[in-house]
Amino acid sequence: MAEAAKSRAEAAPALPTWPDEIYRVLKDAGIRQVAMVPDAGHSRLIRSFEADPETRVVTLTTEEEGVAMLAGAWLGGERGVLLLQSSGVGNCINMLSLPVICHMPLLMIVTMRGDWGEFNPWQIPMGQGTRPSLEAMGVIVNKVDEPDLVASTVQGAANLAFNTWKPVAVLIGQRVLGAKNFKELARK
Amino acid sequence: MSNPNALLHRRDVVNELLRDRADLLVIAGLGAPNWDVSAAGDHRNNFPLWGAMGAASMIGLGLALAQPKRKVLVVTGDGEMLMNIGSLATIAVEAPKNLTIAVLDNERFGETGMQKTPTASGVDLAAIATACGIRTSRIVRTMAEVTELRDLAHDGRGTVFAQIKINPEALVFVMPPADGVILMTRFRQSVLGDEALYN
Repeated sequence: MAEAAKSRAEAAPALPTWPDEIYRVLKDAGIRQVAMVPDAGHSRLIRSFEADPETRVVTLTTEEEGVAMLAGAWLGGERGVLLLQSSGVGNCINMLSLPVICHMPLLMIVTMRGDWGEFNPWQIPMGQGTRPSLEAMGVIVNKVDEPDLVASTVQGAANLAFNTWKPVAVLIGQRVLGAKNFKELARK
Repeated sequence: MSNPNALLHRRDVVNELLRDRADLLVIAGLGAPNWDVSAAGDHRNNFPLWGAMGAASMIGLGLALAQPKRKVLVVTGDGEMLMNIGSLATIAVEAPKNLTIAVLDNERFGETGMQKTPTASGVDLAAIATACGIRTSRIVRTMAEVTELRDLAHDGRGTVFAQIKINPEALVFVMPPADGVILMTRFRQSVLGDEALYN
C-alpha cells in the first residue's frame, strides 16, 4: 500500500486531453484559418494546428485583427477560429460590429484569467467583464468549467456559429486551465 | 507641406485602380474610401465597410488567404489604416502574393471635420510597411504611379502597400447598400456561387 501510494505520488500528472479533443472537433468543423494571440492555455492546441499543413496559423498583434481576418475568410469561403485570452476580448469590442451586423459566423475560444483562483489582481477587471462585454455586443457565450465538457462545448459552439451564422464565444474557465501561483514562482 | 493643388484627386485614383477590374475583389474602408469605390460603380465583388474602423486590411488578409487565385485590393484611408497599423506586421509575415493595400492619404479624418491625422505631421505609412517587411511599398504622388499600382494589384506577384497622397477635398457621398447581410451575401454568392446561400 505504501509503495503504491508512493508510486502514484511520483507519477507525472496525466496531461489533460481536452486540447487534443478540441483540435479534432475543430478539424471536423472544417477550420482552415487559425487567428491567435497566444495564451498558455492554448499552447498545445496551437502546436497541433502549426503541425497541420491544412491549417494556416496567423499570429496577430491584437485580437481585433482576428475578428476582421475571419470575416475576410468567410467572405472567401473558409472557416476559421480565433484563439485568445479573456483580456483580448476587450480589444475586440467594436470590431465585433462586423460579424454581428453582417450575420457572419465567428468562433472564439477564450481562455479565462481573472476567474477562479486568480492570483494577479490586474486580471480581474477584464476577466470579470469578459462575458458581459461579449453579450453586450450580441455574441452568444458558453462557459465551461469541467475538463470533460470542453470538447462538447466547443463542438456545440462551432455548430451554432457555422449553422446559424452567429458570433459565438466559448470561455474556458480557470478551473479547467489551473490558476497560476505567482508566489510559488517568485520563491524559486 | 505639399501644395494641395498638386495633389491627386481621390476619385480619379480609385477609378484608375479599378479600371478593367475583371474579377478583382475589393474591400473598402469606412467613410470616403467606401464612397469613392462606390462612385466607381457599385459591384457585387465589393465589400464596402460602414463601420468596424481598422478592419479593412485584415479582411483583405483573410480573404486573400481563402482565395489565393483571386486578386484582393483593399482601398482605405489613412485614419482607418492607422487605427490598426499593427496589422501591417501581421500581413507582412503572412505575405500573400494576391493582396494590395492602397491607402488614400488626405492627412485628415474626413468624416469628422477634417481634423489632421498623424500623416499630416509626417508619419510615413509606406516606411512603416517597409519596416514590417512588405517589400513593395511606396508613396504615390502621380497618376502614372497610380497606373503602376493598378497593374501591380492586378498582377498579384507579392503583397503591395501604397500610401497615395490625395487632395483633402470633401465630395458628394455615393453610397452602396448599407445592410451588411446584403453586402456579405451578394459578395459570397459572386465569389463562391449559389452554394454560398445554403448551409
